[in-house]
Amino acid sequence: MGHLSYEESKKVVVKGLILLGVVTLVEVAIALFANGHITESFDIGDTWMRYPYMLIMIGLSIYKAYFIVYEFMHMRYEAKGLAASVLLPTVLLVWAIVAFFNEGASYGDRRELIDKKDQEQVEPTYKLKKTSMLENTRELKKEDFK
Amino acid sequence: MADTAVHGHHGEVEGGKWDGGQRPMDASYGKLMMWYFLVSDAFTFAGFLIAYGTIRFSMPAWPVPDFVFAKAPFLHGEWPLIFVTFMTFVLIISSVTMVRAVQEGARENKRGVVFWMALTILGGATFLGCQAWEWNTMINGEGVTVTKDPFSSQLEAGTYVSGEELLAEGYTAKKASEAPELQGMDLHGHDDHAEGAHQEIMYYLKPGAEDIEDNRLFVKRTHEKTFDELKADNELSFGVKDPYLITYGHDTHLYEPAAFRGEDGDIKAEAFGPIAFGSLFFFITGFHGFHVFSGVVFLIIIMINVASGLYAKRKNGYEMVEKIGLYWHFVDLVWVFVFLCFYLL
Repeated sequence: MGHLSYEESKKVVVKGLILLGVVTLVEVAIALFANGHITESFDIGDTWMRYPYMLIMIGLSIYKAYFIVYEFMHMRYEAKGLAASVLLPTVLLVWAIVAFFNEGASYGDRRELIDKKDQEQVEPTYKLKKTSMLENTRELKKEDFK
Repeated sequence: MADTAVHGHHGEVEGGKWDGGQRPMDASYGKLMMWYFLVSDAFTFAGFLIAYGTIRFSMPAWPVPDFVFAKAPFLHGEWPLIFVTFMTFVLIISSVTMVRAVQEGARENKRGVVFWMALTILGGATFLGCQAWEWNTMINGEGVTVTKDPFSSQLEAGTYVSGEELLAEGYTAKKASEAPELQGMDLHGHDDHAEGAHQEIMYYLKPGAEDIEDNRLFVKRTHEKTFDELKADNELSFGVKDPYLITYGHDTHLYEPAAFRGEDGDIKAEAFGPIAFGSLFFFITGFHGFHVFSGVVFLIIIMINVASGLYAKRKNGYEMVEKIGLYWHFVDLVWVFVFLCFYLL
């Protein structure tokens, strides 16, 4: 910490408290407003507006994280090498998030497709009755199943 | 820092910066290792939160957070996000008091360190208490457990139907007290919200249904309201992906899937939400809560050591307080993302 005087660092604390508090209140206010808890007439629901909403929330959270790490945890005053060795590995998480969320979405799509196929009614057109495959290779008619 | 002066900065000792005998990153061994522990812990938390996101992305619908977390102590009705916002503020304030403790440590002010650390411990304990209340509300109030998710979001619009409508559709009414799997239970058939009225809880069977388990439908009620009250308040209709809570039968001790009429006119039963919701919620918030708990334990130990004058003897600007401070801020940092993933998105 030696880089700031005692009085200066006390000011940083007050600034941090106000900043984190205000950002949190803004986040909650946006969440309540966007989801129709403040006025019933406005609700972004499941539309494209969900994406900018998510981006704003993620952006504000990353800003809070940045402030906690840089000011409260004094990363700003640490050696560059220390900051790099701590912060750079977290960039790998970007890949993890993209890859896993993609996989999750794809899994959801497949399950939806399977559910849809399960609902489909199809007429059986071909069925083996006996153990020998060669004996029953003619096409069966509906009567064969009665 | 007091002891970097002893070892000297860059190149004061002979040889290169990385040749030993120096601190190439200008941080003590303990502080450096605390940072790397936090990096690994960050990856653990990131793994859990990414698992949450992956499963959530794979589901057609997910419980809506501001509907799920809408209860607050001393307040009646729905207060979406208010209580978790309070919890977030508790953690932010305890983080701020921790910074003050570290600052007082840097100027070797023992009384100041103890004072601000005590406030930090108070904040941590308050947060844990809030979390205990929230878990209790989730488990005993709303019925979310690691294996059951009575919250869901409809995949189609619909309207709940009454018992009379079910009878008109050819359903048969049965007394819940006579359901085979409820035998031996104390079914008093008493409705908490209809004063004095002893109302028999009924379930309805599909025409020709034999398998009771899959074909039993109940009429919608909530903790607060009976079907008629829901009807009077115009709360029987819902849209696509609207959140709802599966009826909890206080008498049957079961979660009762209520009957509704879909847009195609068919009678259907509510479906439970994704089971993973509860297990992810309890595991991730529990893992975070465990960090808070161990943080409080370490804060207490270190505060006692501060008070005993142990760190004053070391004359290193209370570095131990700085290290536990790093850990404590990290717990706050993780909460920023838990708050984001579970409550805001």
